[in-house]
Amino acid sequence: MRSRSVPMLALSALALIAASCGGQDRPAPTAEPQQSPARATLTVYSGRDEEFIGALLEQFEADSGHTLKVRYGDSAELAAQILEEGQDSPADIFLSQDAGSLGAVAESGLFSPIEQEILERVDPRFRSSEGLWVGASGRARVLAYSTERVDESELPASVLELTGSDWKGRIGFPPTNGSFQAFVAAMIATDGEDATRAFLEGLAENDPVLYEDNSSTVRGIASGEIDVGLVNHYYLYEISAEEGDIPVANHFFEAGDPGALVNAAGAGVLATSDDGAAAMELLDYLTSEKGQTYFATETFEYPVVAGYEPSVELVPLEEIQSPDVDLSDLGGTIDPALRLLSEVGLV
Amino acid sequence: MSGSIATPIGKAIRSPRAVRPPLGLATAALAVCGVLALPVVYLVARSAQADAAAWDLILRSRTVLLAARSLGLAAAVTAGAVAIGLPLAWLTVRTDLPLRRFWSVLAPLPLVVPSYVGAFIVLSALGPDGLALRLLGPLGVERLPTITGFSGAWLTLTLFTYPYVYLLAAAALRGQDAALEETAWSLGRSRWSTFRNVTLPLLRPAIAAGGLLVALYALHDFGAVSLLRFQTFTQAIYLQYRAAFDRSPAAILSLMLLAVALVVLALERRARGRARLHRLGPGARRRLTVVPLGRWRWPGVAFCALVALLAVGMPVAVLAYWLMRTSTLDIDLGALAGMAGGSLMTASLGATVVLILALPVAVLGARFPGRLTTATERLAFSGYALPGIVVALAFVFAGAGLPLVYQTLPLLLLAYAVLFLPQASEPIRSALLQVPPRLEEAGRILGRTRTAVFRRVVLPQAARGLAAGFALVFLTVMKELPATLLLRPTGFETLATGVWTESSVGRFGDASIPALLLVTLSALPLYLVARRFETQEVRAE
Repeated sequence: MRSRSVPMLALSALALIAASCGGQDRPAPTAEPQQSPARATLTVYSGRDEEFIGALLEQFEADSGHTLKVRYGDSAELAAQILEEGQDSPADIFLSQDAGSLGAVAESGLFSPIEQEILERVDPRFRSSEGLWVGASGRARVLAYSTERVDESELPASVLELTGSDWKGRIGFPPTNGSFQAFVAAMIATDGEDATRAFLEGLAENDPVLYEDNSSTVRGIASGEIDVGLVNHYYLYEISAEEGDIPVANHFFEAGDPGALVNAAGAGVLATSDDGAAAMELLDYLTSEKGQTYFATETFEYPVVAGYEPSVELVPLEEIQSPDVDLSDLGGTIDPALRLLSEVGLV
Repeated sequence: MSGSIATPIGKAIRSPRAVRPPLGLATAALAVCGVLALPVVYLVARSAQADAAAWDLILRSRTVLLAARSLGLAAAVTAGAVAIGLPLAWLTVRTDLPLRRFWSVLAPLPLVVPSYVGAFIVLSALGPDGLALRLLGPLGVERLPTITGFSGAWLTLTLFTYPYVYLLAAAALRGQDAALEETAWSLGRSRWSTFRNVTLPLLRPAIAAGGLLVALYALHDFGAVSLLRFQTFTQAIYLQYRAAFDRSPAAILSLMLLAVALVVLALERRARGRARLHRLGPGARRRLTVVPLGRWRWPGVAFCALVALLAVGMPVAVLAYWLMRTSTLDIDLGALAGMAGGSLMTASLGATVVLILALPVAVLGARFPGRLTTATERLAFSGYALPGIVVALAFVFAGAGLPLVYQTLPLLLLAYAVLFLPQASEPIRSALLQVPPRLEEAGRILGRTRTAVFRRVVLPQAARGLAAGFALVFLTVMKELPATLLLRPTGFETLATGVWTESSVGRFGDASIPALLLVTLSALPLYLVARRFETQEVRAE
């Protein structure tokens, strides 16, 4: 028995710790499933940042009486977590920054179908064609440019023009970021793999500065490292909100251009949820007047339900003609996009 | 001289080979192995599901190139960390360096800076439009050497990981027996020759262990390489998870990364040597003497000052700058206090759990070389070499079906053990190597049980190693992000998740508040541990 005290000590210490803090943060399974308007406790996996969506979720709690337990994380990592959890997922709702993560979960059969009424209010461009997830807000791909070093007449009508030699050494983008890869995937879908490869090779020859994410790309323009950058439209407004005005503006590519992709941030309800009806209420809320107004005014995104207008600075959604791609399928074409980027040496 | 027979140095006498460990110890080690094996089992299971397209992707993407880049970065960072950490340790422990105490408090501090924050700091300070350029601009400097890519990743990782080498080397220096150096002097060796032939070889295991921690850190780091845009294996693994939504290629890449890590581990085992490090003869360890620096005093101070400026001054200045630059600071004291509480709780509980699990691994490593020991050490290092997201997903995979433990603190603490065990086991093992087995034998002869001897004789002697291990894990857990994000209880926040929340939307000013708090709160326990073990070790001459 003598030498056993070390492991015994270890085990008892572990047991103590487990006893003192085990389980306290997990809600007991709700007793009355499927019974809205009974108050439910819902677990939300949110790939949308707390800064963007926290206030809206609190408003939902106040209005509905439900309690939300929110886990924030990276959209794709949370999608991987949900896939890994499979049938045991404690999540009721998955909120994602991009359609790709939603598509990955949908494809694995882990989402339950969205109520028809919620589905139909959303622009068909921004929801799952199988009705498994629904967009809540739109984000446009733009060319952010320096108002100090780029003349408006110089701005290209198509993203394809960025391979021209006059942009050499002036351009930057975040190739490892999901939003950029979705753009490349969209280009493969519309223009084909060869044209996309040629475009990426042209970009690579222009000595681009590669950034980690959209916000550092916009900062790179402000600091003078680059003149133009391929990013999502709202980072400019976020940075200005924190630091005051910066000498950067957004340029929208012409209608139908592969560079004019509008991606969706959205949500789905997990098939394993004990309280699918209450979870559906949150999706209803995100696509309601309160939700849509919130996205238009607080996060500078595009509403995805007809009848709500985006913030004044934005080009109206009707005027941006996204390339003709199904956002739910983009997840599946990320693989070739990633492979192309890697072959060209950009990731 | 104490009249003892000094330890022969080098390969003349080797440690005894393959002694069978006691049953209790072996059982404990096997139990720890069970936990440590989880990520490997998970990765093999996921790789087995890979289809032809996944293999195709890996074979076509520049896997070999990425492996070479990762290894190159790890080697360069390790070399840099030894070049900084070893002289710092020697200067602050053994010499009459002016302000010695001050430097020894500053030296380990950079460890508290998470690499994702460190990379941001380096970019903000030395990047284009960085603070340095603004300060130097009036002097006519228009461009600094480019900081992105290899140079930036190397600088960041070196600056914020050299304390591993420093702490282990300093602990080993303090544990050395002055009798050895005195013997060398009495045999007519010069100070330099003594240092090279006696002091340095005795430090070899500590340097190798510290270097290993640094090398594997560089291999698994994502924060620095992604922000500074240097493409490595780990970055490719994250890319698979984040972009491709396919876990099989990521698993295959992770197994390849493990293979690379095992090569590094084998190199370390070779560098460690098999020399005996404790005294053989009777008598007590003698206090070390102070080495007078003479005219090297001021170059020594300049070296310490330069390191402190870059690794401590620069982070504080940059974070303070971002804090002041923000026009709309949004400080929620309640939320901050909650995050700080969460960090301190996970770090102290995490360090305790990791220390307990590391103990059998360290004792095996120090006393019972053999097959079980080799297997245990390899498993321990495999968890440490893997990116946090991989270990976290392994725990999701294993834990999701257990609703009582999934996304609770105990499971998160176990994940920390898998991620960080070597940070505790290596310092303990190094300390145990300096305890003469004769002491244990004496205790046994006096009729004490093996356990009693271990508790009352060996552990107190190895206390320095235990404290160092606790401190290292504490600090690392404080700044851990990927596993905490996936495995924490829902709604549970730490300072690291707070930094992530703000910086992921580009609000660096708001992120600098939890970052500064994280650095400050980590520095305090580090300071206390350093002080506790630093005092009265070196005898004034």
